[in-house]
Amino acid sequence: MSDRIFGLVGLLIAIGFAFAALAIEESFLSDAVGPKAFPLIIATILGLSSIAIALKPDASPTWPSLGRFVEIIAAAVVMMLYAELLPVFGFVIATAFAAAYLTWRLGSGAVATVLTGVGTSVGIYVIFHLVLGLSLARGPFGF
Amino acid sequence: MDTFMSLADGFAIALTWQNILLALLGCFLGTIMGALPGLGPSNGVAILIPLAFTLGLGATPSLILLTSVYYGAMYGGRISSILLNIPGDEPAMMTCLDGYPMAQKGMAGQALSLSGIASFVGAFFATWGLIFLAPQLVKIALLFGPAEYFALFALAFMTLGGVSSTNQAKSAFAAALGLGLAMIGVDTQTGVPRFTFGEVHLYDGLDFLVAIVGLFALSEVFIFLEHRHGDADGTASKIKVGRLTPPLSMLKQTTPTMIRSTLLGFLAGVLPGAGASLGSFIAYSFEKRLVDKDGKTFGKGDPRGVAAPEAGNNAAAGGALVPMLALGVPGSGTTAVLLAVLLSLNITPGPLLFSQNPDVVWGLIAALFIANFMLLAMNIPMVGLFTRVLMVPPRILMPVVAMVSFVGIYGISGSSFDLLVMVGFGMLGWILRKFDVPLVPIILGTLLGNAMENNLRRAITIDNGNWLTLVDSPLSITLWLIAIVGFILPLIIGRKVKSKMHAPRDEEGSLAD
Repeated sequence: MSDRIFGLVGLLIAIGFAFAALAIEESFLSDAVGPKAFPLIIATILGLSSIAIALKPDASPTWPSLGRFVEIIAAAVVMMLYAELLPVFGFVIATAFAAAYLTWRLGSGAVATVLTGVGTSVGIYVIFHLVLGLSLARGPFGF
Repeated sequence: MDTFMSLADGFAIALTWQNILLALLGCFLGTIMGALPGLGPSNGVAILIPLAFTLGLGATPSLILLTSVYYGAMYGGRISSILLNIPGDEPAMMTCLDGYPMAQKGMAGQALSLSGIASFVGAFFATWGLIFLAPQLVKIALLFGPAEYFALFALAFMTLGGVSSTNQAKSAFAAALGLGLAMIGVDTQTGVPRFTFGEVHLYDGLDFLVAIVGLFALSEVFIFLEHRHGDADGTASKIKVGRLTPPLSMLKQTTPTMIRSTLLGFLAGVLPGAGASLGSFIAYSFEKRLVDKDGKTFGKGDPRGVAAPEAGNNAAAGGALVPMLALGVPGSGTTAVLLAVLLSLNITPGPLLFSQNPDVVWGLIAALFIANFMLLAMNIPMVGLFTRVLMVPPRILMPVVAMVSFVGIYGISGSSFDLLVMVGFGMLGWILRKFDVPLVPIILGTLLGNAMENNLRRAITIDNGNWLTLVDSPLSITLWLIAIVGFILPLIIGRKVKSKMHAPRDEEGSLAD
């Protein structure tokens, strides 16, 4: 069943991709093929393979329970917040929080969570910034 | 003799202090990444590319670092196979079959050192194979025009699912998805924006490094979160490693095995659609059929059953570099990631690489030899250290992996937008792995999409808009035929091979080498 839905979604993506390809504005200086042809070929392959997946589905994967699913979404949200807040708080603070969150969710205790978060952040800062000279996001305190 | 002269030049380039240090670092990190379940060679190289890139390393040093990681990971995969019965990466799967029984018999140390030697033999001779075979392939590749290149790219995509692919529709889907992602951005030939939806960040196209790190490294983090798999699988400390050198009689007994497996593995590596996992599988099954006809010793701790897959997968790793360097078309997951390294350094692999950047090619090959000796030296006496690494629990490791991935990508562009895209790719990778859609074709699609389209348009423009020019020369017809056979063959035999390969144990979400 999962594969049928997957195939259907794939087909919708293929159709959307084809429409987006048809909407490409042609330049007056075009070559013999133009910018639309190859994307349309790709859309065709994408569509055909989606149909094949939907018609001949594999066994369904084991989906996680709702709780686990929320877990993954939450981690993705934390990572996105991390991406946005990195320039605001600076590398060390933002990374300590993000790493602490991940290790907590993977089952660390309270003390281990703090230690892993701070350790990861400071460790990366020391190795990549102080030793190797990579530029990291600077926060209000300069680190 | 030219070859040896070039090789000597290569050693002159590779033997600087910086490069030796990088090779050492790469071998060490690679072995660790290979040993840790969940971090395979493709993951390891993927995480390190943006770092090598942002640290401002030159082309040759970056390649030396990353190929050392590649070879190191191939060595490292066996450690957890033998000690824990959990393959560190997919190619090491076959090593579990006889390696773990050996460890249970108290011969873990011997199994580790024997497999280290077998890895060395496989990788060493495969590197020689690379030296002699790649220039021959270059000679053929120089005859290629745009139409032939287009056919070659198609061949790469159609065979990438591999002989062990169970669902070719999903491989094709992945390839098309990757190619579609590559289309985003301003069209190089006419200058019109495509699929950018007005977002300025997308005009340059998606950075394939962002896609690679997201799909490989971050999706792994999500998989661990899904299972809340935070503790080490390790009971490695409980197994006594024991004596670290194999007796001479064991070496003598396994020598013919290593030689045969090296040959088979190398061939599997060079051929499109095979790669290291298949290399070790073929080597093991062939050996089993040849020396253990009644099925008495294999699977119960036969040293030959340890030597065969290790020689096979390391030889395949070397063999897979042949098409990648000579044609610019990788045949396996990790070489696809290595191609990304070359492309991000503005080096176009392919036949011209050998004439335009001989320093890169031969420096790389020399580095492979150096890395190989380092790995042998590192893997026998220091194997105890690596077994300790297996004790690091994923709840500490995975946050580090995620954060290092973020650091690398942020270092390239310094933009939060790229990080957001990377998280998106991480989710996409998790979903696709759930559906058993291979990720490697997606990567290859984003890497080669633009080159493929350019060759198509060039070929047709040269022939005044005649699409039949694509199948106009015997060479391109041959390539198309191989591609079609390579696509259809797995439909017939794929399920059989895959079920045999996964019979020992079924690892969820494992990447193709």
